[in-house]
Amino acid sequence: MIHFIYGEQTISLGHTAADTTVLEWLRLHANQTGTKEGCASGDCGACTVVVVELNVGHTALVYQPVNSCIAFVGSLHGKQLISVEQLADGTALHPVQQAMVDQHGSQCGFCTPGFIMSMFAHFHAEETTRSDPHQIEHALAGNLCRCTGYKPIKRAMSAALDSDTDQYKLVNDVTLAKLKALQTAGADDRCYLIPKSLSELFAMQQQHPEARVVAGATDLALEVTQQLKPIDKLIHLKSIPELAGIDQTDDSVTIGATVSVQDCLSLMAPLVPGAEQMLLRFGSSQVRGQATIGGNIGNASPIGDLPPLLLALDATLELQGPAGKRSLPINEFYLEYKQTALQANEIITAVSFTVPSADSRFAVYKISKRMDDDISAVCLAISMQISADKISSMRLALGGMAATPKRSSKAEQAAIGKPWNEQTVSEIQAALSEEFSPLSDARASAEYRTLVTNNLVMRFYIEGNMPKEQTQVALHVSG
Amino acid sequence: MSAGKALAHESAVGHVSGSASYVDDIPAREQQLYVAIGYSSIAHGKVTKLNLEAVRSAKGVVDILCEDDLPAARDVGPVFPGDPLLSSTVLFMGQALFAVAASSHKLAQQAVMLAIVEYDEQAAVLKLDDAIDQQYYVRPPHRMQRGDASAALNNSSHRLQGCVRSGGQEHFYLEGQVALAVPSEQGSVTVHSSNQNPSEAQHLVAAVLGVPMHKVTIETRRMGGGFGGKETQATMCCALAALFCARQAVAVSCRLSRRDDMITTGKRHGFRCDYDVGFDDEGTIVGIDYMLAGQCGHSADLSDAIVDRAMFHCDNAYYLPDVMIEGVRCKTHTVSNTAFRGFGGPQGMVAMENVIDEIAFKLKLDPLTVRKRNFYNTTDRNVTPYHQKIEHFNIPTLVAQLEQQADYWGRRKAIGEFNTGSAVLKKGIALTPVKFGISFTVKHLNQGGALLHLYSDGSMQVNHGGTEMGQGLMTKIRQIVCTELAMDAESVIVSATRTDKVPNTSPTAASSGTDINGMAVRAAARKIKARVQAYLCDTHGVANAAITFADGTISIKGDTEPSYTWPELARAAYLARIPLSATGFYKTPDIHYDREAAQGQPFYYYANGAAITEVLIDTLTGETRILRADILHDAGNSINPAIDIGQIEGGYVQGVGWLTHEELKWNDGGRLITDGPATYKIPAISDMPDVFNVELFQDAPNEAETIFHSKAVGEPPLMLAISAFAAIRDAIASTRHHRVFPPINAPATPEEVLRVCTALKVSDGDAN
Repeated sequence: MIHFIYGEQTISLGHTAADTTVLEWLRLHANQTGTKEGCASGDCGACTVVVVELNVGHTALVYQPVNSCIAFVGSLHGKQLISVEQLADGTALHPVQQAMVDQHGSQCGFCTPGFIMSMFAHFHAEETTRSDPHQIEHALAGNLCRCTGYKPIKRAMSAALDSDTDQYKLVNDVTLAKLKALQTAGADDRCYLIPKSLSELFAMQQQHPEARVVAGATDLALEVTQQLKPIDKLIHLKSIPELAGIDQTDDSVTIGATVSVQDCLSLMAPLVPGAEQMLLRFGSSQVRGQATIGGNIGNASPIGDLPPLLLALDATLELQGPAGKRSLPINEFYLEYKQTALQANEIITAVSFTVPSADSRFAVYKISKRMDDDISAVCLAISMQISADKISSMRLALGGMAATPKRSSKAEQAAIGKPWNEQTVSEIQAALSEEFSPLSDARASAEYRTLVTNNLVMRFYIEGNMPKEQTQVALHVSG
Repeated sequence: MSAGKALAHESAVGHVSGSASYVDDIPAREQQLYVAIGYSSIAHGKVTKLNLEAVRSAKGVVDILCEDDLPAARDVGPVFPGDPLLSSTVLFMGQALFAVAASSHKLAQQAVMLAIVEYDEQAAVLKLDDAIDQQYYVRPPHRMQRGDASAALNNSSHRLQGCVRSGGQEHFYLEGQVALAVPSEQGSVTVHSSNQNPSEAQHLVAAVLGVPMHKVTIETRRMGGGFGGKETQATMCCALAALFCARQAVAVSCRLSRRDDMITTGKRHGFRCDYDVGFDDEGTIVGIDYMLAGQCGHSADLSDAIVDRAMFHCDNAYYLPDVMIEGVRCKTHTVSNTAFRGFGGPQGMVAMENVIDEIAFKLKLDPLTVRKRNFYNTTDRNVTPYHQKIEHFNIPTLVAQLEQQADYWGRRKAIGEFNTGSAVLKKGIALTPVKFGISFTVKHLNQGGALLHLYSDGSMQVNHGGTEMGQGLMTKIRQIVCTELAMDAESVIVSATRTDKVPNTSPTAASSGTDINGMAVRAAARKIKARVQAYLCDTHGVANAAITFADGTISIKGDTEPSYTWPELARAAYLARIPLSATGFYKTPDIHYDREAAQGQPFYYYANGAAITEVLIDTLTGETRILRADILHDAGNSINPAIDIGQIEGGYVQGVGWLTHEELKWNDGGRLITDGPATYKIPAISDMPDVFNVELFQDAPNEAETIFHSKAVGEPPLMLAISAFAAIRDAIASTRHHRVFPPINAPATPEEVLRVCTALKVSDGDAN
C-alpha cells in the first residue's frame, strides 16, 4: 500500500500494478485526462505534473515538475501529486494559467497543460531562481511546443512571476503537516517495495530476487513504455536516508547515490568549472529532478553525461551489497557496453571526489544537435595540472566515443611531461584518433565525433587565454 | 466590430485548465476496444508467412484484421491508389501488415509484438539520388517553362551550376494520430478523429466499410497540432477503428504511439534541386534551368501537387526571364511523404535563395543587393514561370521598410568587424523574402461551406468545413460572425467540425481555412441578417436603411421602439416563423490553371513577408545560435493580430527546426532511426532567437476580395526561416573571407556546419 495526496484526498493504492506510470494512473484510473501523453518517453513534457515533497530536513515543500509518463506510481508515496485540473481556484485561473491566456501562449493546446505545470513549479521555486530571468528557459526547456515558437510562453512565465502567491502557498503549513504524517504510514510489500534502510533493502532483494531496483526511473521506465516489457516488482530506493546524503569538506565532496541530478548541479556549480553549464543541459528540469547521480553512473550508458565528468574528477564509488562495502575508482567501474563491476545485488551508495584545485584546469563540454534536452553526441571532460611548464597530470574522459564512458590513456600519455602548446594538442588529437573508433548513429557520424572531439581539445587549449564567451555560442553575449 | 481585435483563442481557458477535450480524452465506453498495428520490419518484399497464433491468444485480444479480412476497398490513397490499409506486399519499413483490437491500448501493443512474420525480401531503393538516377517515379515528371532557358544560358555573361538539398521533416504534432469509432443505428458509425480532412476520411471510411457516405460521420473538435500531417495520414486510424467497430459493434479507439506514428505516417518531402543559372554583371538573372526532385516515398499520396508547388515557388519573389523547371516525383521504399506546412513551396524557395546567394558570391555583391535587382515588378518583369501576371507586389516596399528598421547595412558592417576580431565564433546575416501563392492548385478544392443556427434565445451556433488545429480558425470565424451580426463573442459558439453538418468539405490546408470558410460563414450570416431585416422592415414599416446592427443591439431609426437585443429579436423572429438557420457557400473566383500547358492563374493572390536573421556559429563544433530575427509579414487586414503574430512566430521557429536541427536518418536497411523525440529534435525554448521582433505589415489590405481583405497566414511564415539558413551560410563563408561559396545542405546541424567549414578550408587551400 502506498499513500499520497491528490487534490483534497489521500489516495491509498494497494493493487495497481507496480509498473503503472503516474500518467496511466491519472488518465486511465482516475479519469483525469487534462494531462496528455505526447511521447511516453520523457522527452516532450506534455505529461508534466508537479510532485510536492518534503525537503531533506522536513522543513519546507519542494515543488518538482515530473514527466508523469516515466514516473511509476510507487514514487508518489508520501508526496502530493498536483495535475493541471487542480490549479484553478474555483473559477479563478491560477496566475500562470491567466498569464498564458493573456499572452496568447496556447495554440493547439495539447502541450499546454504540461507547460502550465512546469510554470507552476517555477512559480513555486526559490526566490533566487524565480528572480533570475535566465532560469525561465531552464525551467521550460523540457516542454516542447510545436505551434507557438515559445515567445508568448516565455512572456507568460515572466508575467506570472509578478504574482507571488496562490492557494497552494496559503495552505503550505497544512500540506507540510499532512506530508509529514504520511511519512510514517507504512508501505507494505505486495506491489511496492519501499525500503527505509540499506539493511531493509538487502533483505528485500533476498526475498524478491525478481524485483528491479529503481531510483529516478527515467531510464528504467522506458523499458515499460517503449519496449512494452512488464516489470512486476520494483524496489524504490529514494526513501533510504543512507543513500540521500551529501557530505562536503573544503576539498572533497561525497554525494549519496539517490541525490538528484538537479541537486548535484547546485552542489557542483561553484566547485567544478563547466559543470553548471553542462548539467543545465542534462535532460530537462523534469528529468534532472527525477534522475539520480547513482542511476546515471550505474546505468552505464556510453552517452550518460555525469560519467565523463566524474572520470575526469577521478571520483571514487562507494559500493555496498550483502557481502559488505567496498570503494572503487570510477575508472575501474566500466567494463564493457552496459557492463559494470557491480556484483549481484550490489548497489552504488555514494560517489566522492576531490574538488579541482585552483592551480589546475578543468573543463567539460557537451556536444548535441540541440542545446536543450538532448543527449550528447560527444561529451569531453578534461582535468589538467601544469608544473614547471610541463603537464604533470591529465585526465581526459569521453562519452559517446566508445562502448563505455572512457578515459583516454593514450591521450593522457601523450600529454604528460610535455609543454602545453599546439604541438602537444595535436599529439593528443592524434592519440585520440588512434584510440577511439566511435559509431555512426542517429545523433552523429563517426567522422563528426572524431573531428569534434579533436576540436574540443583545441577549444580547451584556446580557452587557456581566451574567455569562454569568445569560444562557445551558448556563452556569447551580444554587444 | 470584433474583426481586427487581438482576442484570445476561443479555447484558451480550456487549454490552460486541461478541460479542452481531445479524441483520446473522450471517456471510454463499455467494452471499448483499442487497436494496435503490426508493421513490416523490412523495406521491400512480400510477406510469405504471417503467423498470428500467439497474437490471437494473447491477453486481452478480441479481434484481428489482415488484408484478406477487409470487406470492401483496401486502398486509402487520397488522390491516386497506392496506399493499402493493410497489405502483405511490403513497400516500406513500417507498413501496416495487420491490426489487433484488444481490451487496452497496452495489451494491444504487447500482442502485436508476438507475430511471427517471414518475408521474401527484395532489393530496396532507399536514397533519393538512386531514384533520380534510375528514373524511379511515383508519377511522371512535369515541366513548366517560359521563353528559351537554354538559349539564354548559352548567351549569358555569367553562368553557374549547383545543387542544394533539403531534408524531410517530421510533423511532430504533440497529439499523435488518433480516432475513436462509435457504432450507431442502421450500421452507421461516428468517428471522432484528429483530422484536417474530415470529408476525405468520411469518403474513405465508407469505401473501406463498403457503405454509402451517409452512414459515416466524422467529427473533429480540435487537433493537438496538424501542420499537414493530418490531411491524408489521419485516414488509417479512422478506417481501422471503423472496421473493428463494425465487426464488434463496440466503440473502438485507434491511437498511434509516438514511435508508431513516426515510422508509419508520412513527412515533409526531402528535395534535391539542381540548377543552371545565367546572369549579367549586375547579378540579374537572364535564364535558369531547374531540376527539382522530391522524395515521395513508396506512393503518390499528394506528391504530384507537392512537387508542383515546389515548382510554383522556385522563383520565390524573383523574375526569371527565360526559365525551364522540371519537377520529378521520385519513388523510394520509405514512408510515403505527404503535406507539411508549405507543401513543397519551402523546398522550391530554398533552391531559389541558394541561387541568389551563389550569384552574389560570384560577383562579390551583397546578397540583398542581388535580391532586390531580381524582384518582380508590376509593370514589366511581372510574369511567373507559370504565366500568372503579378499584379500587386508589395515586397519591395516591405523589404525596404524591414532593412531600414532592422538596420541591415549597419549590422552587416558590425558583423564584418566582429568576424575579423573573432577566431572561433563567426556571425552571419541574411534577409530573405517570401512570396507564397494562395489557393489550392487543385481547383475544385477552393470551396467552403457553412451552417449557422440562430436559436430562439439569441445564441448562435456556427459550423463550417474548416478544422481547428491550433491556428485559431474557430476564433477568427467567431469574429467574422460577430462582426457581420454585431453580436458579442459570448453569444456565438463555433462547434466541432462534422460531416453531417457541412458536407463535401475541403481539407483545412493550403492556408485556406479562413479564406474559404470565413467567406462561407459570412454568406450564411448575411442570409440570416437579411431575413431578420426583412422581418423588421415588415413589422415596423421601415426600409432596410433604417435598421442598424451595432454592439449587440438592433436599432430602428424613427420607430417608437428603439431597439432589440439579439435574444429579443431571435424570439420575435421565431414566433413570426422566420427561418433562423442558413447555409453559406463560397468558391474562390478568378482562378484557373491548365496543367498540361503549365499556364494559368492558379493563385488568387500572394501572401508576402520578409525576415532578417543574424546567427552565430562555432567553427570548432558547428554549433549555431540565432541571435536575432526581425520579421515583417503581410497578413492584409488582420482579422486577429494576436493569432496572426502567433502563426508567424511559430511558423518561423518550425521552419528553423526544419533547416537546422530536425534531421531524419534511416539506416541501410531502410529503418528510420530518428523515430522519437530522443533522437529527432524539434526546436526547444532556447532555439527561439534571443531577440525576436515580429510585426505585421501595416495599412496593406488584400487587394483581392477576401474576407475583410485579410490574407492567409498559416503556411507562408515558415519560409521566413530560410533567412536563418542563409545567415548560417553567410557565417560559414566568412571563415574564408567570402572567397568560397559554402555548399551547405539543410538541415544545418552542427555536423553539417562543421563539415562545410572543413570542406571550405580544404578548397581554399588552407590560406587564411
